[in-house]
Amino acid sequence: MTYEHHDYDVLIIGAGGAGLRAAIEAKQRGLSVGILTKSLLGKAHTVMAEGGMAAAMGNVYPEDNWMVHFRDTMRGGKYLNNYRMAELHAKESPARVLELEQWGALFDRTKDGKILQRDFGGHRYARLAHVGDRTGLELIRTLQQKVVSMGTDVFMEVKVLRLVHDADGRVAGCVAYRRQTGEFITFGAKAVILATGGAGKSWKFTSNSWEGTGDGHAMALWAGANLIDMECIQFHPTGMVWPLSVRGLLVTEGVRGDGGVLRNSEGKRFMFDYVAPMFRAETAESEEEADKWYYDHTAGRRPPELLPRDEVARAINAEVKAGRGTPHGGVYLDIATRRPAEFIRRRLPSMYHQFMELAGVDITTEAMEIGPTCHYIMGGVQVEADTAATAARGLFAAGEVAGGMHGANRLGGNSLSDLVVFGKRAGEGAAQYIAAGDVAGPMNAHQVEAAVAEALAPFDREAGENPYDIQRDLQEMMQANVGIIRTQSELEDAAIQLDAFTERVKNIKVKGPRAYNPGWNLATDLPAMITVCKAVTIGATLRKESRGGHTREDYPGADPEFAKFNFAHSTDGGNWDSDIVTKESALLAMPEELKVLLEEAK
Amino acid sequence: MAEVTMRVWRGDANGGDFESYSVTQNEGEVVLDVIHRIQATDAPDLACRWNCKAGKCGSCAAEINGKPQLMCMTRMDTLPEGPVTVTPMKTFPIIRDLVTDVSFNFAQAEKVPALLPPPMPEDGYRMYQEDVTRGQEFRKCIECFMCQDVCHVIRDHEGNKQHYAGPRFFIRYAELEMHPLDTNDRRDLIREEMGLGYCNITKCCTEVCPEHIKITDNAIIPLKERVVDAHYDPVAWLGRKIRRRTKRSADDAAVQPAP
Repeated sequence: MTYEHHDYDVLIIGAGGAGLRAAIEAKQRGLSVGILTKSLLGKAHTVMAEGGMAAAMGNVYPEDNWMVHFRDTMRGGKYLNNYRMAELHAKESPARVLELEQWGALFDRTKDGKILQRDFGGHRYARLAHVGDRTGLELIRTLQQKVVSMGTDVFMEVKVLRLVHDADGRVAGCVAYRRQTGEFITFGAKAVILATGGAGKSWKFTSNSWEGTGDGHAMALWAGANLIDMECIQFHPTGMVWPLSVRGLLVTEGVRGDGGVLRNSEGKRFMFDYVAPMFRAETAESEEEADKWYYDHTAGRRPPELLPRDEVARAINAEVKAGRGTPHGGVYLDIATRRPAEFIRRRLPSMYHQFMELAGVDITTEAMEIGPTCHYIMGGVQVEADTAATAARGLFAAGEVAGGMHGANRLGGNSLSDLVVFGKRAGEGAAQYIAAGDVAGPMNAHQVEAAVAEALAPFDREAGENPYDIQRDLQEMMQANVGIIRTQSELEDAAIQLDAFTERVKNIKVKGPRAYNPGWNLATDLPAMITVCKAVTIGATLRKESRGGHTREDYPGADPEFAKFNFAHSTDGGNWDSDIVTKESALLAMPEELKVLLEEAK
Repeated sequence: MAEVTMRVWRGDANGGDFESYSVTQNEGEVVLDVIHRIQATDAPDLACRWNCKAGKCGSCAAEINGKPQLMCMTRMDTLPEGPVTVTPMKTFPIIRDLVTDVSFNFAQAEKVPALLPPPMPEDGYRMYQEDVTRGQEFRKCIECFMCQDVCHVIRDHEGNKQHYAGPRFFIRYAELEMHPLDTNDRRDLIREEMGLGYCNITKCCTEVCPEHIKITDNAIIPLKERVVDAHYDPVAWLGRKIRRRTKRSADDAAVQPAP
């Protein structure tokens, strides 16, 4: 069959912060660039980021520098990070933030006209450049407008089904379909950059949109790359819990950065009871001490509400379990009694509207009810830090789809900066790869045809299952068995159930036409969702310890032996449900001069 | 729990009609929840756009009981009793069901001359909060395109799309024209090709804006004054000449030390 076809030097899958930043870089290097997005341009999940982007610019606290940021990131990640990524990120994020202003971004300002920075969990100093609580919107709009002004080809509402190799096994492009017409379309490229974001849509209570189905994670695995740290899933401590229809919707950490505190049903600021030993030296011991810190970081130590997200989420979970939760099964997040109404409305305008319009709660007079929500996957495609290259030749990955940068737990604010630091590096990496000359030949037509046939199969079946039923059951199963607290028996059960889900996906029946059919689109998402869930479950079963975003009820402590490697998953690349093979992949050895930074700060 | 009748427009460019669905409605739900329930049960192929379900991405605009609104931010319990009608945005061509072809807006975006700032000093630009606050108001725009949908210059006169940018892009032009670092001049373009003069300030755009941006008062009217003054007023013409010179030296302004 012949399909609509386009060729580019660099093909970028995903149009969030990482994809757009990669496109700018490749374009500036004179390469032809095509961007593919499942949605309209400017709607990617980056838009949901609220609090800010972390960069040690030192505008508020001149003591801040890349070394402190590096140390905070490694500690937050419980030392499972790819140290080189954390190092590059800490060094380069200030420049990446500043350049956004050349392209039109308008961040909030300090009194002397610099970019204002706010406090967030796990960051020693106020470090997050921000625009109120809509920083992600500012980031994506700025990059989008830059990309458009450069005359880049953007294919909107195009869903990629599979990466395709050339005869020598190099990644040579992809096969996709246009959602608006249902017609297939193929893209050839010398280099492909995955920037597809996360995978949180496989959990019931999630802050992720429908797009977070882990397509990029799965396609990379199928194409010969490795996935690491898949068991490390971030449950953000503060998602809405009521009304049920918005359960999981994000409440920015900026609420706590700006003075909000967590209370249980008895009105107690319970976080003081949950300070892990590794954070005790730098965390306040009393409310009085903590409250001084907001105004002067030298007058007191950090409030425990601003511990890294994994710590806070576990504490909330424990309070609810102990019967000290709110009527709807969360805890209270209170800023109303702590800051003036005008301050709250100016600093947190979206939160104000979100609660007012969706829950009928005025956050300037009432406490919010919140609880943990599936938010971010630290795990992802294993990449080379400097170039974003994966194990599959010609394939690069940046942003949430890449693994390693955040270790076992990501600090708030480190995601937006990750997108632009490694988006740029992926663009560079792809350009260098192309310049070296050993690039892919024509795409393997058999792979294209196989992907097309697989996508169309659900139309041809006489009878079968509604994909929405499978998605709902999958979300419930993952929430119950592979959620915030895990245990061996539930994980084993999850593995069995995932095999059953695999069979159900092979029996999907799609009704209606091919043009803009969300049921069909979901049918094409499910193989990726299930593949990712399998990798997560395998990793969670093997990691018999608790670390960052992976908590085992049956192994509650961290085990230093598990801090020496990542679990790396691969497949033989046959069918989407081919067996996943898991190996231990040793962590990069950290140079002495960086080790010292971690030692000094302990 | 209650039952509600949803009358949803189904069809494509060739035509269509309303289809009625009787669906469960739970406490606190928004229109998008109920549309999703229809997809998950009766009509898995019901086409609608959505992403964030939090009023932040602007994907799920539709006309609910005839009024353009975000489906994710419209609570069912705020609507009058009886059947709820959901139709696609009227101003844009239908693709399928609630999904419209909004490419007009992306074509307009391509015509916007980009920000042209002076070279960046090594430690970044200096801008003051009072100088960026207005621009930040316009940058709250989530591109739901409901202002474009409701603007009768294009809603009632398809042909005007050829030479009219619409409210979304007037706030974009206003933002750039008011940007403290910008040295580009788009005034002739805005007047001659973007059709600012067609807007007769009925404020329909401001009324539907889910971000509560004062599109007419804070963007369109100041933009009209700026463009018209520059064109007709000889004093303003002279002023423009001088301002242009000032703009050229914006480089110096940007690196002024903080007071």
